[in-house]
Amino acid sequence: MAAKIRTEKVSAWYGPKKAIEDITLDFEEQAVSAIIGPSGCGKSTLIRCLNRMHETIPKARVEGKVLLSGEDIYGLPAVTVRRRIGMVFQKANPFPTMSIYENVAAGLRLNGERNRDRLDTAVLESLKQAALWDEVKDSLEKSGASLSGGQQQRLCIARALAVRPEVLLMDEPCAALDPIATAKIEDLIFDLKKDYTVVIVTHNMQQAARVAETTAFMYLGHLIEVGPTRELFERPKETLTESYITGRFG
Amino acid sequence: MTFRFDRDTRRRWKDLAMNVAAFLCVVLALIPLGSLLFEASVRGLRSITPSFFTLTTANGGIGNAIQGTLILIALTAVIALPVGILTGIYLAEYGKNPVGAAVRFFVDVMTQIPSIVVGIFAFSLILELGAAGIVDKRLVFSTTTGVIALSTIMIPFVARTSEEALRLVPISTRESALALGIPRYRAILRVVLPSSSSAVITGALLGIARVGGETAPLLMTCLGSPFWWQGLDQPCESLPHTIYVFALGPDSALNQAAWGASLILVLMMLGIAIVSRVVIRLRSVSR
Repeated sequence: MAAKIRTEKVSAWYGPKKAIEDITLDFEEQAVSAIIGPSGCGKSTLIRCLNRMHETIPKARVEGKVLLSGEDIYGLPAVTVRRRIGMVFQKANPFPTMSIYENVAAGLRLNGERNRDRLDTAVLESLKQAALWDEVKDSLEKSGASLSGGQQQRLCIARALAVRPEVLLMDEPCAALDPIATAKIEDLIFDLKKDYTVVIVTHNMQQAARVAETTAFMYLGHLIEVGPTRELFERPKETLTESYITGRFG
Repeated sequence: MTFRFDRDTRRRWKDLAMNVAAFLCVVLALIPLGSLLFEASVRGLRSITPSFFTLTTANGGIGNAIQGTLILIALTAVIALPVGILTGIYLAEYGKNPVGAAVRFFVDVMTQIPSIVVGIFAFSLILELGAAGIVDKRLVFSTTTGVIALSTIMIPFVARTSEEALRLVPISTRESALALGIPRYRAILRVVLPSSSSAVITGALLGIARVGGETAPLLMTCLGSPFWWQGLDQPCESLPHTIYVFALGPDSALNQAAWGASLILVLMMLGIAIVSRVVIRLRSVSR
């Protein structure tokens, strides 16, 4: 399968501190790729380099290339990149002053879409894709903050999907959720790969094993090993990977 | 056998003692406020009649003073709110650099400047401009100069309260807006600012209350006037100034009227505080 996103020798810094070094990695189209590793290994930094969110932090910088369908995203306007590559964060963060409808429509509306029909359609489709429609269809005008944690996270997924991105980045999307809400999101991720390229960062190895075709293992800012998820978990090539997945450190 | 409290009993006593101490402190803090409201009400109510509001200060009323204060507050708000809030946005969203730190420092210093110094600043600014022939010399004692002085007081206040309000909005709200491909300025104006709007509005209203009660800078700018409002280039009366003049006045009827004017001013400020509470309440209910 073709690589939708390819990083070439990507390094990233926070001020003088180097967080990731020379990461070269392919993310396949219409598949789920997972990035695993212990806390502080640079997996969140890497995923934030993929949609130019890393540079929103003061004094942060990136070197190397990130290719989206062969095109270097660092040569495109950041807002364009972020519309094509959506992101869901660790903590569900619906916009507090907006209703459920407004939350989902926010990306389109604040980018200038005014047509009510098109907004309605996008909200309906996105909420259905995020498996939230049935739970909120009668309360679209309620505040997004009134939903439960798991629902809020699916609302954030719907919000990201509404701008019709090609890629969806997920930075530990289940870290703050209970097992039932986690299972719902995992089912959802499985469905989403029909239409989207999904990259998920997780420190939960079982989650990577459940949802991802390909898994990359990072440690101390370096990419240690990458391969088909099953192979990586069952026959790791590197001793570091093996120690991590068998729980000897991390 | 010696009598000893066990630990639980001791804790309960300590808890009770601290509660009583905290309550007494609250009472202590509220006494001046209560006493002020009480005195102003008792003494002020006697002078309040319908004509008190319709007559000018020349005839023992405060009609022109209320009018002048409202005009001063409105004009000051029109200038100071946009400038102050935009400065607050700059400080909170773009100010993490040496320039921002310098602006923040000067804004802080400006909030500490005694208001009478601000009055002298506005006075001498217009005086210099008048001497240079840029503006009419009559403008030195006018509504315009008063508004310049009051704006100079209010802008840094609003800037700092807006900055604090915007800083309370979590980074994650900004990040999720940016991650949707929304341009930064629009994310700030349409997502971050609304998220902090009740705190920004509270700051704005408190700023208005603050300048509404200023006397010192008005003494040398608006000067005071016994007439109804005459225009931007003319002296203008204001409630604090009226209180000042009436209270120092030679006859007891004037002193009496000063209490009435004080009561009206206190009620106006109280009204602003109540409105700001209601705004917050309404916004939190709609969530």
